[in-house]
Amino acid sequence: MAVAEHAAHAPAGAAHAHGAGPADGRPLEYRDPHQSVKILGFWLFLATDMLLFACLFATYLVLRTHTDGGPTARELFDIPGFTAETFILLTSSFTGGLATLCMRNGNKKWLMAWLAVTMLLGLSFVGLEAKEFAADVAEGANMQRSAFLSAFFTLVGTHGSHVSVGIVWMFLTLLQVARRGITEITARKVFIVNLYWHFLDVVWVFIFTVVYLSGVVM
Amino acid sequence: MPAGFQHFADTYLMWNEGPLIWMSDALIVLTSLGIVGALTYFKRWKWLWREWLTTVDHKKIGIMYLIAALLMLFRGGVDAELMRTQLALPGVHFLDAEHYDQIFTTHGTIMILFMAMPFIFALFNIVVPLQIGARDVAFPYLNAISFWLFFFGAMLFNISFVFGGSPDAGWTSYPPLTELGFDKGPGENFYLLGLQISGIGSIATGINFLATILKMRAPGMTLMRMPLFTWSVLAACVVIIFAFPALTIALALLMLDRIVGTHFFTMLHGGNPMMFINLFWIWGHPEVYIVILPAFGVFSEVVATFARKRIFGYSSMVAALMAISIISYFVWAHHFFTMGAGADVNTFFAVATMAVGIPTGVKVFNWLFTLFRGRIRMQLPMLWTLAFVPCFAIGGATGVMLAVAPADYQYHNSYFLIAHFHQVLIGGVVFGMLAGMYYWWPKMFGFKLDERLGRWAFWFFNIGFYVCFMPQYALGFMGMQRRMYTYPADTGWGTLNFVSTIGAYLMGIGFLFIVLQVLYSIKYGERDLTGDPWDGRTLEWSLPSPVPHYNFAVIPTVTDRDMWWVLKQEGRTEELRPKPEEIQPIHMPKNSGRPFLMGFAFFVAGLGFVFNWHVLAALGLLGVVACMIARSFEYDDEYQIPVEEIEYTEAALGRL
Ligand code: HEM
Ligand SMILES: [Cu+2]
Repeated sequence: MAVAEHAAHAPAGAAHAHGAGPADGRPLEYRDPHQSVKILGFWLFLATDMLLFACLFATYLVLRTHTDGGPTARELFDIPGFTAETFILLTSSFTGGLATLCMRNGNKKWLMAWLAVTMLLGLSFVGLEAKEFAADVAEGANMQRSAFLSAFFTLVGTHGSHVSVGIVWMFLTLLQVARRGITEITARKVFIVNLYWHFLDVVWVFIFTVVYLSGVVM
Repeated sequence: MPAGFQHFADTYLMWNEGPLIWMSDALIVLTSLGIVGALTYFKRWKWLWREWLTTVDHKKIGIMYLIAALLMLFRGGVDAELMRTQLALPGVHFLDAEHYDQIFTTHGTIMILFMAMPFIFALFNIVVPLQIGARDVAFPYLNAISFWLFFFGAMLFNISFVFGGSPDAGWTSYPPLTELGFDKGPGENFYLLGLQISGIGSIATGINFLATILKMRAPGMTLMRMPLFTWSVLAACVVIIFAFPALTIALALLMLDRIVGTHFFTMLHGGNPMMFINLFWIWGHPEVYIVILPAFGVFSEVVATFARKRIFGYSSMVAALMAISIISYFVWAHHFFTMGAGADVNTFFAVATMAVGIPTGVKVFNWLFTLFRGRIRMQLPMLWTLAFVPCFAIGGATGVMLAVAPADYQYHNSYFLIAHFHQVLIGGVVFGMLAGMYYWWPKMFGFKLDERLGRWAFWFFNIGFYVCFMPQYALGFMGMQRRMYTYPADTGWGTLNFVSTIGAYLMGIGFLFIVLQVLYSIKYGERDLTGDPWDGRTLEWSLPSPVPHYNFAVIPTVTDRDMWWVLKQEGRTEELRPKPEEIQPIHMPKNSGRPFLMGFAFFVAGLGFVFNWHVLAALGLLGVVACMIARSFEYDDEYQIPVEEIEYTEAALGRL
């Protein structure tokens, strides 16, 4: 019987998981049941985070037209700006995916490189968004001006602060990979932070369509 | 007194409010001094830190939740008695309107979020890992964080009473009344931040127990072999995960309105107060199912054990739990039928609400069929379960009356509603949690609670319940509205209110008997030497009481739904005893002080936001971030229990 079965919080079936060698076809981050249960937990967390955004979207849709005589979506949104943001974030999701791929191949150097590229793209996304917000506020379109603007800044800003947290988190992960190499634990960490990153990308696709595109079209 | 101090005392300590506050201040200072003194005198500080504040053991966390829930039941109960005293006679000025507002707000909020929630979490923690044959939950460290977020959230809410002033806009906290323009004081901020902090903990608990139940079950325990209490926890966790984010957002947006000056729910600049009300109840209705589903789980365990029969209709019980958890999302608008949605919307929500009665009815009949021809033992858990059935049936029936949208224009916000929801919350949740507490108490502490004193408590509480709440249905029909701080004599409501107050006092006496019962039983309660005091059916009863900290020396393999019962019937109980050759070293998570510190940091940040002290808020948030970063770099968070230690422990328990 494998040792893992006696681990404190080893999930059921642990014995089989541990006994199998690397050749069992399962990716590194899933091999140790201690780590794979964390991935499940993170999926559940993403479900709650998705619902947070769903509530913010609902609020935005209700308040979208409540501009109180102030700036409207059409007047405010800057098409080249949000298009650039979209491209940058989508690209970062791709480079994040490349990082996971390199991790699976055991290529530490490229894993770190792609994580760094992803973070840089993330940083420029956040920078562009901050610039956009600053320009809006300079025109008098601030959160306090109307319900529409309150909802807009809160929804998009919540996404932006998620991205910022993601950057810091990715940096911490990068440090750990640098120090410890690709292990079952660091692999799980890289996998989860990328999951988070892709999730934010999906949320952005909704922001892009529901907020920006329909804002300038309607 | 120097002017500066006077100002501080009046603004923050509310000394200008008079003797009631002075007395509370004095009491709190004395109690705190007493606790500090006792800990110092008995040299228990280190013990407190090592054994409790830093623990990640699900059993100890469960016990801490239980203590907190009972304390909060006391606080909420005192609020209730104050209100009932005020309403006993017409035209009383024992409390003024403002104090009455504060008290019904803190009563409602505390009972739901700081009494019912920790009570169910207490049972989640104590029971689930033992029932599924696990050594802990999936994420023990996160579990400790959940507890401390709950604890410090509750602290933040409770200190408002003596520091800054209590919230006073009802437990539902509807805008625009709760916007800054109408409600300046810090009280509402205390509400928002206290709930927000403990709410994050609740989401984490939901995730944790869902992952635990899905992934940590002992070999052989398929989903359909899980005990029904564990099923009810699974259902409640699904509801937590789907409902709590709506509360998080509702609170966050209202806080932005109040602190940043946005216009989500204001009357000016395009805000829409109904949006809050929708978000609140999208959480709020599922919330009542979150607290009732585990109570249903308790009843299923108790009924099977005390009737000594397999539960009747196991799969329909599971199906009913899942059906309730899904339907609970589609009923929220029944809380505001009168607010002007169209007939079509009201019809949808009315029909959905009535539909909840179907799976609930299935469960009630299954319990009754299980009892039918059972060899029933009338012990405390069974008594509370039997009392639940008629109480919940009446509460359910009046609930269906409220669900009839056109008729609700008559009942809405009246004492009819107050009677209805107390009937389901007390008759369902409180009875269920008490039944669960009596049932698993020996497992937690190794002794039973005294039966005789428990019966006194039971009868006082039950008779008191009907005396208190039945008259309120009539008062509702007679036009008495909720949240009234007093009423003139010519309304003719005096007599029924007086009767109702007598009932409330009887319930208070019932609670005192429970306190007495606990104190008495600590010393004289029957010790549980077998680990199986009720002749139980599920895995937790195969372990000694209290359970060793690693739970199972050897993880059992499950072949039946009522595993322990079947083994007892077939005389095979030896199979669950550890055999020396099977014992191997066990990895356990290390204790950590960080969850406690993180909760404290949240508390500091919350206090900063309540009073708009931005430096304090920033410091608190920095503390939170520091805790998270430190955790990220922690790799060495487990230790190993050597075989000799396990053998020694098991031998001392006479199991080897
Ligand atoms: C000793 C038992 C109890 C008594 C005598 C009692 C009494 C009361 C009274 C007098 C009110 C105020 C009615 C009004 O003026 O509108 C109230 C409100 C309320 N109670 Fe209780 N209660 C008891 C237990 C509970 C329990 C166990 C819960 C929940 C688990 C609960 C939840 C609430 C809620 C949510 C409100 C509404 C607060 C609001 O209007 O914002 N109560 N109760
Ligand atoms: Cu409801």
